Amino acid sequence: MSTETLNSAAELRAFLHGLPGVDQVGAEERAGRLASRSIKASAKAEAIDLAISMVDLTTLEGADTAGKVRALCAKAAHPDPSDASVPKVAAVCVYPDMVEVAVRALAGSGIGVASVATAFPSGRAPMEAKLADTRAAVAAGAAEIDMVIDRGAFLSGDYGKVFEEIVAVKEACGPAHLKVILETGELATFDNVRRASWLAMRAGADFIKTSTGKVSPAATLPVTLVMLEAVRDYRAATGRQVGVKPAGGIRTTKDAIKYLVLVNETAGPDWLTPEWFRLGASSVLNDLLMQRRKLATGVYSGPDYFTLD
Amino acid sequence: MTVFDYAPAPESRSVVDIRGSYGLFVDGEFTGGHGEPFKTINPADESVLAEVACADEADVDRAVRAARTAYDKVWGPMPGAERAKYLYRIARIVQERSRELAVLESIDNGKPIRESRDVDVPLVAAWFFYYAGWADKLRHAGFGPDPRPVGVAGQVIPWNFPLLMLAWKIAPALACGNTVVLKPAETTPLTALLFADICRQAELPPGVVNIVTGAGETGRALVAHPGVDKVAFTGSTDVGRQIARTLAGTGKKLTLELGGKAANIVYQDAALDQAVEGIVNGIFFNQGHVCCAGSRLLVQESVAGEVLERLKARMATLRVGDPLDKNTDVGAINSAAQLARIRELSDAGEAEGAERWSPPCELPSQGFWFAPTLFTGVAQSHRIAREEIFGPVLSVLTFRTPDEAVTKANNTPYGLSAGIWTEKGSQILWTAQRLRAGVVWANTFNKFDPASPFGGYKESGFGREGGRHGLEAYLNA
Repeated sequence: MSTETLNSAAELRAFLHGLPGVDQVGAEERAGRLASRSIKASAKAEAIDLAISMVDLTTLEGADTAGKVRALCAKAAHPDPSDASVPKVAAVCVYPDMVEVAVRALAGSGIGVASVATAFPSGRAPMEAKLADTRAAVAAGAAEIDMVIDRGAFLSGDYGKVFEEIVAVKEACGPAHLKVILETGELATFDNVRRASWLAMRAGADFIKTSTGKVSPAATLPVTLVMLEAVRDYRAATGRQVGVKPAGGIRTTKDAIKYLVLVNETAGPDWLTPEWFRLGASSVLNDLLMQRRKLATGVYSGPDYFTLD
Repeated sequence: MTVFDYAPAPESRSVVDIRGSYGLFVDGEFTGGHGEPFKTINPADESVLAEVACADEADVDRAVRAARTAYDKVWGPMPGAERAKYLYRIARIVQERSRELAVLESIDNGKPIRESRDVDVPLVAAWFFYYAGWADKLRHAGFGPDPRPVGVAGQVIPWNFPLLMLAWKIAPALACGNTVVLKPAETTPLTALLFADICRQAELPPGVVNIVTGAGETGRALVAHPGVDKVAFTGSTDVGRQIARTLAGTGKKLTLELGGKAANIVYQDAALDQAVEGIVNGIFFNQGHVCCAGSRLLVQESVAGEVLERLKARMATLRVGDPLDKNTDVGAINSAAQLARIRELSDAGEAEGAERWSPPCELPSQGFWFAPTLFTGVAQSHRIAREEIFGPVLSVLTFRTPDEAVTKANNTPYGLSAGIWTEKGSQILWTAQRLRAGVVWANTFNKFDPASPFGGYKESGFGREGGRHGLEAYLNA
């Protein structure tokens, strides 16, 4: 968990631009090939349970209420009330003002509460506000903070500003884990995604995350591939392991399994645990449950056999 | 910690009906051959798949006569637009029966179903579609105002891409108005015979496509037959030389697509993850049974260590095994003879002092298998850097400057293909201009498109297949 000291903005820029480039065509082709893996039978059963245990169950709406958050927490602890063998999800992710509600609802369940602090989703607020946002969420009991980077600063080449913000938020997190959202849809190129990944890791991120879910495109397989290559290379270079979280747009079991294949063959099986890989997706959970029951019973149940939240 | 493994995902064999014995396809009918029938086996488990008729000289003569009659009476005089309809029909049937073709190709050849399904068969259909488009536009192809077909084409193809090579040969020949007698390799005749069935389904006039099976003798009889106007051969340089000798002075047209020892040049500024992927694709695609395989990796010394480290990690994730498993990346070596050759050359590599490395991988006990292999510390003077191995064996050499890369890349008797990996556009152009190779890929490898010509320099042969250029071999301009 060593946060590096930033010697100078010039050094950081030189480092980030010295990283090997990413060939977009090649990265998309590789992701496409991995997506054609055929996962069947016992491997599929294992993958489904693993994916469920990696889900960050999320509600990030302006209309969120305490009741809605409590309902989500109940679902997180018992995704399928009729089947006790279903694993619980990794975490529940809410806005900072809902952290307290979620923490209370999840007490004793072992499920962590994650909160999107730092003026989510745009990140356009004074630094003081972002830090206050973070401190408030941690004080209310959030075990994980999902921060957004300043994409404007990044795109204008002000890497130093992005770096220092991450360092400051990391400090404000205290014991809470920091997930840094790169909002890859706004970074536009894979070269930028790789640079942003390294920037976040060097600044102390515990996790790098693709998207807020509020911008399209959100998580894609090729973007996640590039980030997985970055965490793999970062661990090889520094010995420190950083997690990855694709978020937004992952809706089906098939999608979720494609991500697991990507992790398995890019970063390696060391990342195949909720500790190092998360799926920021809510609607995928019911599809996972449906496929799980299909594998066990041989028949599909209708959507009404699974709870909404 | 959970380790997520993949359960086997075998493709069903039931989509293919393999008969006990197969005849020759002559004049629209399956008939027996007068040679000694031979067996074709599944290289993944050495089981016998079928007995196949062998054509002797008389059978070849019958096939060539059938082709001549069809050329004179039906196919030659037919308007191009009509010929095109048959080619389109064949292309569509190939698409409809793609699963059957892919499964049979993998069983007979040993290549992974993923490649036969995702690469070979779609390209076969693409080739027929592409040349169907040319059939009525030949006068606009740049070979004169009224180019004429050559007549009867004798075609001999190898075992590495049985169906794809068939398409490369038959599609342009038919589009130009020629009729063909094709001899598939003796270890992989089954998909050509299934293609014969597709010709019947497409109601192609009898005699336009004839398929004679057999080994070297059959090929020699076909090439030497006086009724053949054009010979097209893809295979080894040795056999190519014999064919050139046979045809010298006969006035027959000839194209040869022979061996290769392609250089894959990785500059220090390359996108390394994608370059590693391209290196893997360049040499382990189709078990390295690819004439244009990137079998010599030339990597700039400043990044050699990093590239090798990444390459080894990537190679460790290659899945070797059952070709019909949809998750297999590397399948079986096509024959015992080929396996012996790969072993001999790899042993020579070790004896000459190169360092050999393979990822830990368990190979099936039955069948012909060879683990993906990497040689480092290779010098230009080593046999493994000179001779075509035609297997999953990569030789790694290093260079310091762009000039040295080009010099080393060109320092080979072959010149079929090459690869360049760099993020700098001007470096791609500078290098490509200097490489003596028929195909140069930049930041990719082993890409085939029907619109793109393919062929070699030096001992890699002459003539071009594919694209507008591919028409020339089948036209009297």
